[in-house]
Amino acid sequence: MQIPKPLAEILETLESLPDPADRVQMLISFADQFRDVPPEVATRPFPVEHQVPQCESEAYAWAVLQADGTLTLHFAVESPVGISAKALATILDQGLSGQTPEIIAQVSPDVVYRIFRQNISMGKGIGLMGMVQAVQALAKRAMTR
Amino acid sequence: MATMTIESRQYVHPEVLASTEWVAANLQNPSVRVIESNEDTLLYPSGHVPGAVHVDWTVDLNDQVRRDYIGRQGFEALMSRIGVTPDTTVVIYGDKNNWWACYAFWVFQLFGHTNARVMDGGRLKWQKENRPLTRDVPSYPAATYKAPERQDAPHRAFRDEVMAHLKAGGQLVDVRSPEEYTGARLHMPDYPNEGALRGGHIPGAKGVPWARAINPDDGTFKTAAELKQIYLEEHKLDPTKDVIAYCRIGERSSHTWFALKYLLGFPKVRNYDGSWTEWGNLVGVPIEK
Repeated sequence: MQIPKPLAEILETLESLPDPADRVQMLISFADQFRDVPPEVATRPFPVEHQVPQCESEAYAWAVLQADGTLTLHFAVESPVGISAKALATILDQGLSGQTPEIIAQVSPDVVYRIFRQNISMGKGIGLMGMVQAVQALAKRAMTR
Repeated sequence: MATMTIESRQYVHPEVLASTEWVAANLQNPSVRVIESNEDTLLYPSGHVPGAVHVDWTVDLNDQVRRDYIGRQGFEALMSRIGVTPDTTVVIYGDKNNWWACYAFWVFQLFGHTNARVMDGGRLKWQKENRPLTRDVPSYPAATYKAPERQDAPHRAFRDEVMAHLKAGGQLVDVRSPEEYTGARLHMPDYPNEGALRGGHIPGAKGVPWARAINPDDGTFKTAAELKQIYLEEHKLDPTKDVIAYCRIGERSSHTWFALKYLLGFPKVRNYDGSWTEWGNLVGVPIEK
């Protein structure tokens, strides 16, 4: 699996933190940086085809194709307790926006485990992996345009 | 629609629930300790009810070596750390419709801490009401807590007891998803550690997914009449007889245990925490699909 450099750097930074509490704080700081999808891309009520399946945080994902052939990712997380979804959305945006659809489509949902490690459990992993899969699907759709 | 008050919902033991209003009014009450217990371990450090302490089910409630719960000394140490005495009213809340809050509540009952409540609606309702959250982690003076030895029998069922209960025609409730109940799924996707070699359910168990007891919009428990419709009318459970609830590792079923025992007043409800990860791996036990 090819991981784009910005995402690889985020993963390396997270993995360099030996103290789980530091990792938690870093994930929370990503969640704090979360920004909703801008109104020029989508407004509520969001179309159901952009909703991430199986994500209990009611996450939505968009990929906007830029003139240079790269994608810019946007997300919405409707659940007020969707802190992990917001953290992941920010990481995916910072780590993958600006990459080509071909590169983004190769990113495996397994990155979720590298990002959250011991802070993932039960059904949460399904929803978070669903966010990566949704991004993959958007990238593949962009490749066909 | 406005949420009905706890008092108006006609529960048998309404005192085990605390409303968000009550919690908000008791944040400074030194005889009350608010406890957050979640599935998502990012939630508490990202913001919690002011003054609330964190109890992590994997670290604080489980034995770290054996598949079992903490013992008396572990419970005493936990209570000391979070500043709880036997006289403290603990109010537990959490994510996922109080799934983990009910689990923590259940473990507290193994040690007889009956002065305990679950915050109705949990974290979701608190946040939807725009009530305050803080990232300040409180520190309370260590308390002295003398706990009794863990008393499993009233609240917990082991596999041999489940087998005896089954042979006697006792009532069982399987609170897992329909796919797990039918055996179409052996474990939750991507959680092979919580899987089983065989799929299906314990013969005769009623399949009632745990979240049916909840109003999804705000996480509050349904009224007694609505719960009776689900458990007594739809699934024909007899509220005068013993019942054992189970799921995969005993956490979702603690939620149903709470609803049946306290909200509907079943006389003896036990949680089979071995659940499907034990039963579905046992050699030679009966399974229904």
